[in-house]
Amino acid sequence: MFSLVAASACSLALVLSGCGGSGDNGKKEADAPNEAASTAIISVHGSEPAKPLVPTNTSETGGGGPIDMMFSMLVRFDNKGKPVNEVAKEVKANADMTQYTITLKDGWKFTDGTPVTAKSFTKAWSYGANVNNAQMSSSFFSGIKGFDELQKKGVAPDAELSGLKVVDDKTFTVDLDSPSSTFPIQIGIYAFAPMPEAFFKDPKAFGEKPISNGPYKFDSWEHNKFIKLVKNPDYKGGVKVKNGGLEFRIYTDIEAAYADVQAGNLDVIDTIPTSAQKTFQTDPMVQPIKQDGSVFQSFTIPTAMKHFGPGKEGTLRRQAISMSIDRKQISDKVTGGLNTPATDFTAPTIPGYSKNLKGSDVLKYNAPKAKELWEEANKISPWGADDVFKLAYNADGGGKDVYDALANSIKNTLNIKAMGAPMPTFKEFRNSVVSRSLVDSAFRTGWQPDYPSPENYLQPIYSSGAADGNGSNDGDYKNPKFDALLKKAGAAKSVEESNKLFQQSEEILLEDLPAIPLYYSSAKGAANKKIKGLAFNWKNVPDYASLSK
Amino acid sequence: MGKYLLRRILQMIPVVLGTTLLIYALVFALPGDPVAAMFGDKPVNQAVAAQIRSEYNLDKPFIVQYFLFLKNALTLNFGNTFAGQPVISVIGRAFPVTIRLALMAFVFEAIFGVLFGIISGLNKGKWSDQIILILSLLLISIPTFVTGFVMQFFFGVKWHILPATAGVDPGFIDLLMPAIVLGSVSMASIIRLTRTEISTNISEDYVRTARAKGMSNFQVTVRHILRNSLIPVVTYLGADIGALMGGAMITERIFNIQGVGNTLYQAILRGEGTLVVSIVTIMVMIFVVCSLVVDLLYAVLDPRIRYA
Repeated sequence: MFSLVAASACSLALVLSGCGGSGDNGKKEADAPNEAASTAIISVHGSEPAKPLVPTNTSETGGGGPIDMMFSMLVRFDNKGKPVNEVAKEVKANADMTQYTITLKDGWKFTDGTPVTAKSFTKAWSYGANVNNAQMSSSFFSGIKGFDELQKKGVAPDAELSGLKVVDDKTFTVDLDSPSSTFPIQIGIYAFAPMPEAFFKDPKAFGEKPISNGPYKFDSWEHNKFIKLVKNPDYKGGVKVKNGGLEFRIYTDIEAAYADVQAGNLDVIDTIPTSAQKTFQTDPMVQPIKQDGSVFQSFTIPTAMKHFGPGKEGTLRRQAISMSIDRKQISDKVTGGLNTPATDFTAPTIPGYSKNLKGSDVLKYNAPKAKELWEEANKISPWGADDVFKLAYNADGGGKDVYDALANSIKNTLNIKAMGAPMPTFKEFRNSVVSRSLVDSAFRTGWQPDYPSPENYLQPIYSSGAADGNGSNDGDYKNPKFDALLKKAGAAKSVEESNKLFQQSEEILLEDLPAIPLYYSSAKGAANKKIKGLAFNWKNVPDYASLSK
Repeated sequence: MGKYLLRRILQMIPVVLGTTLLIYALVFALPGDPVAAMFGDKPVNQAVAAQIRSEYNLDKPFIVQYFLFLKNALTLNFGNTFAGQPVISVIGRAFPVTIRLALMAFVFEAIFGVLFGIISGLNKGKWSDQIILILSLLLISIPTFVTGFVMQFFFGVKWHILPATAGVDPGFIDLLMPAIVLGSVSMASIIRLTRTEISTNISEDYVRTARAKGMSNFQVTVRHILRNSLIPVVTYLGADIGALMGGAMITERIFNIQGVGNTLYQAILRGEGTLVVSIVTIMVMIFVVCSLVVDLLYAVLDPRIRYA
């Protein structure tokens, strides 16, 4: 994800509309690396990490930003989300995709001088999975054999995953519970980072002053002020670092960070405050950027909701609701064109994304058809005059405009009562969703991917295994046909083959509509005008290594 | 005097106990599970969540949690934040900058508030009085965040006269604009308060007597009018120190100052009971001490008041 692809400086849309000169521009930039630029420290927007800087314990962007730049995993992702071997020399699956043999490249070292070995990975993953360590990201290891034993109360603090076996210093094997074609992609996220021996001796001290193996190394962390990283001279991987270091400046309010970019005190901001969303692209004081993003926005209609249960009536009503929403108009008018109407259940930056799945017409605004389907459903069981279609969302996330517009679109098309139902805070909102107390109302859902695979957008949200409180299937959608396709995709022999199967499974979702896809949030940000190389990677994070002054 | 002081200090104990219990209960009553919220949109790993809950005593009943907190607090062990930082060091980082900011705002509002109040009060009805009155009315009616954003945009972003945000290590210049914003509303109130007091006192009998005795105009103003007019102003200023520290929340967010207000705001969002209670307790103590100092100052300013 860190390698500079010259064309990525243009958004996908620009590439399509002939951002042809990019190849030449990229060359010029690469040919003229001046010494001053390579030592410049770039200041970027950050927030105070919610946990110490330990990869397996970090699940939010405050700590995730610096950790992602400090650690190199077995594979890394290029800006298009394609996995490339990094520390791994080879990741090889057995015939039924349940066992992987991983060999490491030579010469990789941590910043304390100790070598990166097979043990650095197996011990780190076991630490992450062991419930005694209460690591936020422990669920990522759930596919590895022995995970369930490590999650039981009273397990030994140094117990390790039984599915991991060290063959020699540079080789280890991973046994999985079930076939997985996406495992070689999952190991690219930072929860799977290798850890040096020093970490296991004193995790607490490590969390304040991490030792890593990636493109950058830790320099200093002043709490609530900044986290500073400098270029790692011993780095052996494929990321081209074009600056001397990064300073993640801590802000509590993005408004203040944006004002600092305008005033020239901060180099890069990775998001845009609501107040500037309509103006940042024409603001003469900043260098704006907007690209297709990886965040999928939807609302979920729970299967427990009256009139929307599994069966003919529910399906008809879901399709009618979906077709009664004018996504294009809402994206353009309400969100200022900062979102792209959804055409599938993944996102444009993910390999496997598609614009023309079978049945994706249901995501297009079609008032007559919507009314027709709604009437058909009324014949099965009539929609009462007092019935209201409610859309719940958290009011602290700035969703009011969008949800009012959605409710109006549904109301005007179907001639039924519809309204937005705000809840004060995200915490309270999620609590009612998770405890299933929201059963008479649809509710806001969204997904920010962990790794660039359609599997990550589908398995955790719509599979039967993730329903009933065992995952993020908040609407308790269950369809054996869909589950079977996911399983088949998991056992596929190649990423291309599995992505095809994932698309087939999405076609089932387009018929059942467990959630109504709305749009993909664009990645948007701004930088000081002096900054060169500004671009977002597949997961809506600026490609920090490519920035220079 | 000593007895009075002792009584006042003893009174602090129930006040502090009462506030901690109340705040702890309020944070506890906040809807939503703070541990589940750590996982954000992602599914909650129940085994991990249970481990975290027991680590922070969140699995125990409310009253047990509160007494555990009290017991630890008495031994000066305030525990850790969810981020694994000792609460005491978080507080140690947050308070100095807020105190600096509040003191700067305090000095600003005291000096300019009293100064303009005197000018206005002594020139009642003249054009200088009118202008000061209108300006103070404007300042009172505009909310802090408007003054904050407007000043930030013009002085910081557009004209580059002062830093747009306080930055990493805020010094005098960095805190100047936030302090003016923070102190502006109180300054306007002090102007009006001082003006009213002076204009009433100026026509009092003792002032006339003093003039009749042949005292110079300056002596009359300073020794008689001002001394008597400033008693309510001192009360106001004393109570305002506490308000400035608590009220810095909005100003701190606008100018990205990592002080008490910002820390408290985030602790409430995350539902971190121990951190909220620890900060609020310190604020309560500051309030109580300030009002004690004000009461003692009365005796200095007004000879009629004596504490036995």
